Amino acid sequence: MTISTGNASPRPVGLGSFLRPGGRVRSLGGQVVSILVTLFGLLVLTFVIGRMMPADPVRAIVGEDATQDTYRMVYERLGLDRPIWEQFFRYLGDVVTGNFGVAIRTGQPVISDILHVMPATIELATFAIVIGAGLGIPLGVIAAVNRDKLADNVIRVFSLLGHSMPIFWTGMIGLIIFYASLGWVGGSGRMSSFYIGLVRGPTGFLLIDSLIAGEWDVFWSALNHLILPASLLGYSSSAYITRMTRSFMLDQLNQEYVTTARVKGLSRHDTIWKHAFVNIRVQLVTIVALSYGGLLEGAVLIETVFAWPGFGQYLTNNLLIGDMNAVMTCVLIVGVIFIGLNVLSDVLYRVFDPRTR
Amino acid sequence: MTDIVNAPKPASRRQPAVAPLLNVLRFLLRSPTSAFGLAVITLLVLLAIFAPLLATHDPYVQNLNNVLQPPGGNHLFGTDELGRDIFSRLLHGTRITLNIIFLVTITVGPIGLAVGTIAGYLGGIFDTILMRITDIFLSFPGLILALAFVAALGPSLNNAIIAIALTSWPPIARLARAETLTFRSSDYIAAARLQGASPFRIIMHSIVPMCLPSVMIRLTLNMATVILTAAGLGFLGLGAQPPMPEWGAMIATGRRYMLDSWWLVTFPGVSILLVSLAFNLLGDGLRDALDPKQMNRR
Repeated sequence: MTISTGNASPRPVGLGSFLRPGGRVRSLGGQVVSILVTLFGLLVLTFVIGRMMPADPVRAIVGEDATQDTYRMVYERLGLDRPIWEQFFRYLGDVVTGNFGVAIRTGQPVISDILHVMPATIELATFAIVIGAGLGIPLGVIAAVNRDKLADNVIRVFSLLGHSMPIFWTGMIGLIIFYASLGWVGGSGRMSSFYIGLVRGPTGFLLIDSLIAGEWDVFWSALNHLILPASLLGYSSSAYITRMTRSFMLDQLNQEYVTTARVKGLSRHDTIWKHAFVNIRVQLVTIVALSYGGLLEGAVLIETVFAWPGFGQYLTNNLLIGDMNAVMTCVLIVGVIFIGLNVLSDVLYRVFDPRTR
Repeated sequence: MTDIVNAPKPASRRQPAVAPLLNVLRFLLRSPTSAFGLAVITLLVLLAIFAPLLATHDPYVQNLNNVLQPPGGNHLFGTDELGRDIFSRLLHGTRITLNIIFLVTITVGPIGLAVGTIAGYLGGIFDTILMRITDIFLSFPGLILALAFVAALGPSLNNAIIAIALTSWPPIARLARAETLTFRSSDYIAAARLQGASPFRIIMHSIVPMCLPSVMIRLTLNMATVILTAAGLGFLGLGAQPPMPEWGAMIATGRRYMLDSWWLVTFPGVSILLVSLAFNLLGDGLRDALDPKQMNRR
């Protein structure tokens, strides 16, 4: 029997490793530089995509039947007559000073629009990740413990199913079954139209605001509308969480301390939950944080199906009318959120895992 | 002398290459899940080839006297809001699905391999720049970036394919780079270098073939994501445009009638689910079959 070197559990791979090219452990200063470079690259990318379009940004603002003079004026006001590098520095300056322009559809600054719709999406995504992690982590542990047995295979198919379903379609089927046929849940939107405008809270999170205002009817209506889209999003994100939990857990169960624990008389249950599981908690936090960012992708589709007035719907609405400025701001924000979550998971790693100190 | 000449020869030059493939196939068929995936994909290919023969109706011909008919009778899966036969539309949709997968895969594979192997083998400044670009692309969820590209290029099936290809090469590049790093300092590479082989030759002849198995697994797993992203773009009205029988676009138009005529959205959705599940199951099986690291761990 070979002697295990112990503690050889790998750091999670995937999105989490993207700030650490080559897996080198970087110094804090190096990491800050690396984040800044990535952010700069993000800006270059959104700028390039924004300018690449065959769609005419001036036409989107002035409409089809504007005079040549109006067109000319807007064209110059947008700075499109300037050299491309000058346009880029202008864009850079705007972003740094927080000036993201005005959305054509609403006439409001894009950034205040986004701040306005974000709580709806955060509420949805937070519920979804609680469901996803609550489902995925226990399933992953069960699958690892029963490796290659029936339970493992059933869980594998169940989670692959969640990974394979087109979420916009599952949303519709869910509406047909649980709303139209059974009447168990609310339909589209964040609450029944009856209650709209009743609660104007400080946070924008409907569940919290209605509780503060003591409006129980609104609270139940909101919960009723939230549960179906959140469950579907959660199920789809549980696939990745299950798979990673299983693989982390297998790494632990193959190590000798597990055998030692069993030999010294510790029960199977305690070995799994009090020894092996404790060791993968930090890795799981990373995975869950990254899945939370990934939910934004599902949110775009599910919000369209459920007429959920959130970030995803805002993005698609602006896409369809060709407001590239608003679209690219949304894309930029998603990128920043993603980078932020990666940094967060990195920090959590450093704080909770004594080996990285 | 004559013995050597008459010694048994491989049936063809291809035989040494074909034998391992047969082994992989045998391995895949042993597991019920990957056998299921393989069966669905084979069926998909066959349906796509014979779609015109199997279709009971023309997928584009409207019949306004016969709209929203429930499944059964003359129309296996019913008719849509313009009286078109849903079964025939689904059959023709298999061609669009396969077309998307094929075009994305043949674009993404070479780009990912090139970026990854060059970064991994040359190292230094090449590595830093190429991987930094890869990281920037990876800092978006695939669908969001694809949305941005389609918004810029204009909605159409071809632009959706370009957008998906542009967003799905980075994971392949990362993988190819990681693989390259493990081979880079091996003796056979050193031997090739000492013989005077150029970096290009070493990458093409000694590194790329070693990266291929894991890249192929990743591409297979990627196909499920490609299908879902393409369907999502179609659903949002940014991919294939009506009257094309693309499954996601079919769901989008069927959405208006879904509460009364469930078959409009159900059958295209089940098709997408089945195909993407099949690719996921096959990819899962391939990983077990081809990846020796994974085998030891199990």
